[in-house]
Amino acid sequence: MNVLAYLIPISLLLGSVGLIAFVYTVRSNQYDDPEGDSRRILSDEYDERPKK
Amino acid sequence: MTATLRPSPSACPACAAAPAAEVVAARGEVDAAQIALSLPTVHCAACISKIERALNADPRVTSARVNLTLKRASIDAAPDVTALEMAALVEGLGYEAHELDAGTLNATATDKAGRDLLMRLAVAGFASMNVMLLSVAVWSGAEAATRDLFHWISAAIALPTIAFAGQPFFRNAWAALSNRQLNMDVPITLAILLAVVTSLWETALSGEHAYFDAALTLTFFLLAGRYLDHRTRAIARSAAEELTALEVPRATRLVDDEEEEVMLADLAVGDLVLVRPGGRMPVDGEIISGMSELDRSLLTGETLPVLAEPGQAVSAGEVNLTGPLTIRATAVGADTSLHQMADLVAIAESGRSRYTSLADKAAKLYAPGVHILSALSFLGWHLYSGDVRVALNIAAAVLIITCPCALGLAVPAVTTAASGRLFRRGMLVKDATALERLAEVDTVVFDKTGTLTAGTPELTNLADLPRKSLGIAYALAQGSSHPLARAINQAARQAGIAMAKVEAITEVPGYGTKGQWDGREVRLGRASWTGAEALPVTATYLGVEGSDPTALTFSDRLRDGAEEAVTALQESGKEVYLMSGDTTPAVEDLANRLGIRHWLAEALPADKSARIQDLTSKGAKVLMVGDGLNDTAALTAAHVSISPATALDAARVASDIVLLGNDLSPVAAGCKTAEAATRRIRENFRIATLYNVIAVPLAVIGLATPLIAALAMSTSSITVSLNALRLR
Repeated sequence: MNVLAYLIPISLLLGSVGLIAFVYTVRSNQYDDPEGDSRRILSDEYDERPKK
Repeated sequence: MTATLRPSPSACPACAAAPAAEVVAARGEVDAAQIALSLPTVHCAACISKIERALNADPRVTSARVNLTLKRASIDAAPDVTALEMAALVEGLGYEAHELDAGTLNATATDKAGRDLLMRLAVAGFASMNVMLLSVAVWSGAEAATRDLFHWISAAIALPTIAFAGQPFFRNAWAALSNRQLNMDVPITLAILLAVVTSLWETALSGEHAYFDAALTLTFFLLAGRYLDHRTRAIARSAAEELTALEVPRATRLVDDEEEEVMLADLAVGDLVLVRPGGRMPVDGEIISGMSELDRSLLTGETLPVLAEPGQAVSAGEVNLTGPLTIRATAVGADTSLHQMADLVAIAESGRSRYTSLADKAAKLYAPGVHILSALSFLGWHLYSGDVRVALNIAAAVLIITCPCALGLAVPAVTTAASGRLFRRGMLVKDATALERLAEVDTVVFDKTGTLTAGTPELTNLADLPRKSLGIAYALAQGSSHPLARAINQAARQAGIAMAKVEAITEVPGYGTKGQWDGREVRLGRASWTGAEALPVTATYLGVEGSDPTALTFSDRLRDGAEEAVTALQESGKEVYLMSGDTTPAVEDLANRLGIRHWLAEALPADKSARIQDLTSKGAKVLMVGDGLNDTAALTAAHVSISPATALDAARVASDIVLLGNDLSPVAAGCKTAEAATRRIRENFRIATLYNVIAVPLAVIGLATPLIAALAMSTSSITVSLNALRLR
């Protein structure tokens, strides 16, 4: 049962990484234009980061 | 839109002569260095990069970004760049572009409330999944110390999460309680708090059952419902906002005979304002110079243009048709008659909020019932066992099992699905309860001008006219952009009429056009000017020197889908009425064409709303469809109201649903969708109740475990959501 001592913190940590990543994407306006973003992948122009 | 495009201030010759004018003209742009354009025709990756590349190529543009979801471009540029220049640039690429008023858009540019809900939803989702994993271990037989450890970890995750994610419910519940009322959030808050407290107590005493997972899942599902609800309304709001932002509040002011573009808010009483043909009067005023005709259909419903000459009073909202007019402002901003009428609407608005939504009705029944049931089981078990801990546990279980999870999702899931479906058909549902009210409608009242008709005239007696006269009229019509002239143009072109050789065509604003044909003077225009006797219908007259004048009569073209909409509504058993401010013959003619039995002509705004109130007092649920300022009072008085996108801003604000396209047929389909949606909502309530009927007795007799609670909650929520999706 000692394996729990590692597994539970690890699972919580991984979960919070996901949560923090989600919060970051919301804060940086990454859901403002889902339709456009899905089309931009077809564009040749190099677009290194979303402008605001 | 494009007709009113103006050269940029820096390019205007007057500005070069008067630097001061340029400063004034540019001042409006300093705070608006953020330019927004509406691009209704962008649709692909190539469009995005083409437009962005062109905009970014302009050295004064710092950044430009196209948003395909909103079909909008936002541009950051140097202060001297105007939106009109940018719109012209994009139109040069072959895309439609309209300027959007940055002020109107910025007011709610970022959806803070939505983002806040989304964050809480994410946190609740994260926590509930983790706690659920730990709970599965407990349900599958974790014992003694392990179980306690799992419970404590769950508590450590649940407590901060509930404190953060539950805030919207706690706040609403507190607001309701401090008003001595009960809403859906009171039992929710009580269930969450009681579950957390009893679970903590149980955990401290190494008990068997902890409801942390239930409390978190409950929060998660309820937040999901709230978020759906919020998003539906946010989409409608931003689309409605865009319609408003398309009308940029700008006017041309004359100072010492020089023109300058100013914001509407900067106009003062006594200013001279220039209104070009096609432009809308920005203020109430008096005509100082210029001859023209005015289209007042948005204000009064009259289709016949009115002659405008110096000395005549004009009101904001009228459209100038033929010649440029200079007017002296007598009332601006909130003092204009347009605004005063719109204010009346705001007062009438309060009446509608009396409608109680289905969700509120359910909450009124549900909240006290749950509280009483839970309190009774606490009392009963306390008397029976004498143990507060057992009694409290059972009371908490009852509250959690009856949790309004499914009830919380029942309405938003359906309205989201229904609003999405209507939006794709071109109907924008602005109000949260509009769908439920639309479903109850049994009487439909239509306005005529601009609603059932497109507001553009159509030549009716083409076949009766000699081809020679038509050829002359066709030639003369070339010289004017008056709606009637354009209608002649179109009809003649379609009928393949050969244009007569008319020379020296000149437009006499306010009267018509004249020219020389075969050595004789020919005139096309008002009856008095061409020597004809005025007919009671919309008509223009062709006068040829030395012969009797001929009348060309017009009727208003029906809006696309008007016939289908009226027929479909009548077939579904609804009474259809026609009410208009226009003349009796015009209204009667249209009513006969569409087969509408009840009609009312020459109705003043007050008559319309009085008639609707009369119908309402007889028990009818009235749907009002209208577009003009004269309809706003009626739109507000009706049970539910629809206005087309071409309507005046005030009318759109007053109505619950806005029709986005030019087609009127979605009205009938919308009623059907609304009825289906309401049926689904009621079904959902029944499903939620069914689950409670099964689970509550188990909870009351003390057989409920956290596992049963979790199962009941999840299955009921999922069933309700799936049922809502069936609407598509």
